[in-house]
Amino acid sequence: MPVQDFEQLFQDKIDNEIKIEPKDWMPEAYRKTNIRQISQHAHSEIVGMLPEGNWISRAPSLKRKAILLAKVQDEAGHGLYLYSAAETLGMPREEMINDLHSGKAKYSSIFNYPTLTWADIGAIGWLVDGAAIMNQVMLTRTSYGPYARAMVRICKEESFHQRQGFEILLVLSRGTTAQKAMCQDAINRWWWPALMMFGPKDSESTNSDQSMKWKIKRKTNDELRQNFVDMIAEQIKTLGMKLPDDQLKWNTERKHYDFGEIDWDEFWQVVKGNGPCNKQRLEARRKAWENGEWVREAAAAYARKRADRQKDKAA
Amino acid sequence: MTDQELIKRKLDYSLHLADTTLILSQRNAEWCGHGPVLEQDIAITNISLDLVGQARNFYQYAAELINQSNDKPIHPATEDSLAYLRTEREFKNCLLVEQPNEDWAQTILRQFFFSNYQFLLYQELQKSNDRQLAAIAEKSLKEVTYHLRWSSEWVIRLGDGTAESHQRMLQAIDELWRYTGELLNAAEYEKEAGTDPSLFQPQWLSKVKEVFDEATLPVPEKTFMQSGGKTGTHTEHLGFILTELQYIQRAYPDSQW
Repeated sequence: MPVQDFEQLFQDKIDNEIKIEPKDWMPEAYRKTNIRQISQHAHSEIVGMLPEGNWISRAPSLKRKAILLAKVQDEAGHGLYLYSAAETLGMPREEMINDLHSGKAKYSSIFNYPTLTWADIGAIGWLVDGAAIMNQVMLTRTSYGPYARAMVRICKEESFHQRQGFEILLVLSRGTTAQKAMCQDAINRWWWPALMMFGPKDSESTNSDQSMKWKIKRKTNDELRQNFVDMIAEQIKTLGMKLPDDQLKWNTERKHYDFGEIDWDEFWQVVKGNGPCNKQRLEARRKAWENGEWVREAAAAYARKRADRQKDKAA
Repeated sequence: MTDQELIKRKLDYSLHLADTTLILSQRNAEWCGHGPVLEQDIAITNISLDLVGQARNFYQYAAELINQSNDKPIHPATEDSLAYLRTEREFKNCLLVEQPNEDWAQTILRQFFFSNYQFLLYQELQKSNDRQLAAIAEKSLKEVTYHLRWSSEWVIRLGDGTAESHQRMLQAIDELWRYTGELLNAAEYEKEAGTDPSLFQPQWLSKVKEVFDEATLPVPEKTFMQSGGKTGTHTEHLGFILTELQYIQRAYPDSQW
């Protein structure tokens, strides 16, 4: 069959909502886009462990400590499913990790912001996981089967994390003056970076059209961002806090909230590596990997010895 | 012994069990996000999570004992007041668990020495006539069984892995062996309110021998053993652990979290 027919068949499947599976024929660009997106997503889970892990040792109560430990552990688990999903496209995990460490692969810029107070753990859960869920709910219907199935599992846990984050802030919002101030300060610092998580505006986004056609993405950056603003603008009322945007206002005609302009210069700077923590995050990951090298070698050497011994026994 | 004295012993014993599991949980959690490979990052975090769960159970029981006693405080004790507002000299954890993680070898060996001890301890404790302690031990035994299996396998893998991993295990044994004596030497409160761990010292040692044999590691000769943690005399590490652990509660007193 000529390649054109394969392509037609492939696009027909997509148009008919039939999932693409690992052994199916797929255009090289589809494979590459999925590897890029899934591995980037996996890296985000792994790098995302760092800003939150930062507060495990200082969590303010044993209950919060246990919840945070479980949450960060869930993220490691998400990283694991996602690396496995990307591996089904022919990219070994180690190669993906090397690309992260060399700077070739990206991860979500949000994790290049620092967690300065306990309230940041609440703000990350509520705003960052909240923004991530918008994207991930869409991805449960993405066209590549293993990715869509990984997302179903991940979404369940993420919405739990979002509720826990909101609950941290809710307690602070009803606490002492210092706690209320801590809560508002965290919202001020995380709001704009959370909006940036949806990526460039549709008019500026390079990968969007093809990804929509292939149903890797099913909603545009701007649509998802609007959904997020609408959700948070309502939820914040319960906290009695304010979003740091003077232009935030309900638009009765559009039936959506209007909101102010993102600082796109900051957005691109962080993408380019100039965010407050880009350097520390990558260094922490590299260091963990390098310090673990002798451990991985020992485990491999032991596994070989064992296999040899069993062979000898069988012979 | 009067009832009052027995309750005091029971309280000390529960706090000792709680502090020991909390401090090891705190140490293991330092690995979270920094493990040598993703699967093991998850495993060590999981152990940390199990241990903080056990600590909470013991602290809640200790708080109950305090709140029911004759000289109960004006503000009732809670799991958090006991974990966050007691000082270095009041903590009763074993010295072993406060030792630094250093490398994966030392972390693994600390876990193996500890889980080996905790497994034997909980097996005894589940027979205790203190029904609450017995219930916690029984509930936790499944977790500890896994911790022991996991850490034993890693001791073997590293001991019998590469020349480097073997060397690192020898170094870890050299660092940690001196803290193992205290695990198996009873403080007064253990004898009177709990289980005397010296009774299962032979089983503890025989497990070490079995695993070290397979790992091609030597069991050290009798050496001088450090002790004091169980009665509040610690190594210099504990002060720093508590500084971090207790920071928010100390900086913002009387707040809900």
